[in-house]
Amino acid sequence: MQYDVVVIGAGVVGALISLELSKKEVRVAMLDKCNDVAMGTTKANSAIVHGGFDAANGTLKAKLNVRGTELMPGLCADLAVPFRNNGSLVLAFSKEEMEHVHTLYERGQKNGVPRLSIVDKAAVKAMEPHVSDEVVGALLSESAGIVCPYELTIAAAEVAVTNGVEFLRNCAVESIAADADGFTLVTTLGEIQASYVINAAGIHSDDIARMIGDDSISLVARKGEYYLLDKSYGYIADHTLFQCPSKMGKGVLVTPTVDGNLLIGPSALDVEDKDDVDTTAEGLAFILEKAKKTVPELNTRGAITSFAGMRAHPVTDDFIIGFSEKNDRFLNVAGIESPGLSAAPAIAEMVSEMLTEKAGLQAKAQYVSKRTPPVRFRHMTKSEREALIAKNKAYGRVICRCETITEGEILDAIHAPAGARDVDGVKRRTRAGMGRCQSGFCGSKVVEILSRELHVPMNEITKFGGESKILFDKTK
Amino acid sequence: MLNYDLVVVGGGPAGMAAALQAHEDGIEKILILERADTLGGILEQCIHTGFGLHYFGEELSGPEYAGRFIEQVYATDIDIKVDTMVLDISPENVVTAVNNFDGLLTIQAKAVVLAMGCRERPRGALSIAGCRASGIMTAGTAQKYVNLDGYMPGKTVVILGSGDIGLIMARRMTLEGAKVKAVCELMPYSGGLTRNIVQCLEDFGIPLRLSCTVVATHGKDRLEGVTVANVDEHLQPIPGTEEYIPCDTLMLSVGLIPENELSKNAGIELDRVTNGPVVDEYRETMHKGVFACGNVLQVHDLVDFVTEESKLAGAGAAKFIKGEKKDNGVVETKGQNGVRYIVPQRINRATDKDVKLYFRVGKVLENVMLTVTCGDQVLLSKKKRKMTPGEMEYVTIKADIIHDLPENSTIVVETKEA
Repeated sequence: MQYDVVVIGAGVVGALISLELSKKEVRVAMLDKCNDVAMGTTKANSAIVHGGFDAANGTLKAKLNVRGTELMPGLCADLAVPFRNNGSLVLAFSKEEMEHVHTLYERGQKNGVPRLSIVDKAAVKAMEPHVSDEVVGALLSESAGIVCPYELTIAAAEVAVTNGVEFLRNCAVESIAADADGFTLVTTLGEIQASYVINAAGIHSDDIARMIGDDSISLVARKGEYYLLDKSYGYIADHTLFQCPSKMGKGVLVTPTVDGNLLIGPSALDVEDKDDVDTTAEGLAFILEKAKKTVPELNTRGAITSFAGMRAHPVTDDFIIGFSEKNDRFLNVAGIESPGLSAAPAIAEMVSEMLTEKAGLQAKAQYVSKRTPPVRFRHMTKSEREALIAKNKAYGRVICRCETITEGEILDAIHAPAGARDVDGVKRRTRAGMGRCQSGFCGSKVVEILSRELHVPMNEITKFGGESKILFDKTK
Repeated sequence: MLNYDLVVVGGGPAGMAAALQAHEDGIEKILILERADTLGGILEQCIHTGFGLHYFGEELSGPEYAGRFIEQVYATDIDIKVDTMVLDISPENVVTAVNNFDGLLTIQAKAVVLAMGCRERPRGALSIAGCRASGIMTAGTAQKYVNLDGYMPGKTVVILGSGDIGLIMARRMTLEGAKVKAVCELMPYSGGLTRNIVQCLEDFGIPLRLSCTVVATHGKDRLEGVTVANVDEHLQPIPGTEEYIPCDTLMLSVGLIPENELSKNAGIELDRVTNGPVVDEYRETMHKGVFACGNVLQVHDLVDFVTEESKLAGAGAAKFIKGEKKDNGVVETKGQNGVRYIVPQRINRATDKDVKLYFRVGKVLENVMLTVTCGDQVLLSKKKRKMTPGEMEYVTIKADIIHDLPENSTIVVETKEA
């Protein structure tokens, strides 16, 4: 296998870079060690598009956040991904915190964040009646929003593949050998030749860089835990509600999601094992306690799931984006912690510009920029539903009761470019299994459909690739 | 738009019994809408025996019990649409449904019976810490894999929760060659039927660990083990009692929730304790002409009682359709002092039948007096040797007593020390 560019990592950063590169006359492969895109940090974070007032002036974080947030609505429109410009509030609960809010306001002004203002208690309570009466004021960022990070990644990968990028899943890079014309990557799928390598391997990007002798990247694995509450709790917050940030991050937030659920979290715990995304009783208790400071009425009765994600915290406290000092065909995109999701479109733009200049890439004549919006039966009107079922009967068979997801939507998810290969992949693309019963009823039907469509027995189907099989042998 | 006298949502034991009763009572145009591909509901995967002892006086398997009703339904002119999902019920009782042969269906019904059953509480609702590996599933999901799909969902199993499905699956998995290492129950007593504890655990030497819960799950891809711990009287894990049990599967049998999304969207008032609709003695909800029965109304232990309740709902719907449902004001019912809830929540004073008040107690009670009062009037008082949360109880109130109760009065069922 031979490519001009290999992108290692199919998270939101890798997928958006691949999407940008798919506009150029260049052969691109996007690799991931997992069975799907969006399997690392991307699938478990706060799902926030930040205003951009938080990062220090002059940092890449500040610059790319503001630019990324500017690009996000248009990108989401092209990719048919829900984006909601709900705005955010950094809440102050004391005079000291109010001073910090002023500091953030001034920093935001210098960072070039549009539509920032400081609001008083009455204004906060008018916008967010469930916020604690202890609130004294807040920083309102009207450009902030929410987006589903894995949906964005799935959509980006789909359009990238439509435009010629190859997505190689279950492809773990084991070693990299450099020569004058580029690299030979030894992977679990065999040897792959590449003229350029983009290292977007998330929490593992330091390991990947070390494969070419570049040990300049120093990352700390920082775990964050979250609760996701049922949609019936969505009324609790309209804006994304932050508390004043601490050294460990932006603190515990309370936010609606684009699907109407309520998300609270994260905790922040530095851990040794980069792949340790187990939740802990302490972490979950911590986020609930902290979130109650923002919204006292919060409880976990409405919890439908809890999860943890890993953040790749760079010790330099800024994104690491640039050609390696060890090899100028090897481009590191590392340490992409918050506001990484917000910045991702701008990171992709920047990386594409760097590579275009370096390798003299030409724009493609034919490029499909818009994704065909996926069918969302649950959002359709009666007449739209009638027309849809008339065209394809599979849209008349409801598989997931809680979220009203039809067989047709699941088939689309499997057969889309870079489509779903496992139960969680179907879930992330369609929401089947994401409702109140958490796949109690539809889980086995999804296994059945995957088995039929992928032509493998039911006991080969996995939850999320690897050894995460769901069934063992046939019964006696 | 189709027109029916009665639309029954759900073709499990509840829906079938209601439809058959309405048919017997002279209702002509009846339609059953069922989301699965056959009638029978959850009974289709309950291949163990123990069904029908009360209703048929013999011991049947789930599919046999369902089969008797399925045969009866098919012998009538009741219309059936399987693989059909109901999306909405309007205030005017227009039912919208969808399937892959008719497309979208709208049906004007004179009366509707809700019989959607219940679902299992999932892991997320418990906030068990740990991994997201495969191998963590509800007992009912595991039961479907084993009994309907013919696959083993695990080889070494820990079961959390001693609800009946968990107990049944402990035996089922053992019979299929799996090792069930323990059944852990948070409470100091089991929520399952005594007969299931004996026949499914004790007979197979499976330990039941009371006041014990799973505090963490371990594993990357597939589950590798769980940590269990004893809990104190506030149900909090006691530090130092943690024990790691290697297993590839964690089955959850931690409660059932009536599946009332349709009811909620239709604006039907629900009881905060049962999570089912508020109903009268014929199981009519607060939404005129909409009835509810079976596990969507209250979670039952025995299908026999589901059948009995659903026949009431079917009879009520028939009376409603024929304009024979009498109204002479209502009395309300209320459980207190250990009695968690009462179904029905309200009774028409004009009722033409004696009324059974179904309830559950909140904890194990021994040697207590169970009293039923209305104002100063004692309607019934009896000594109960033992009542447990796992077994539904009832008391019967005579129709002529109800006729004489004051309008808007409250019948109170409670326990007192004997």
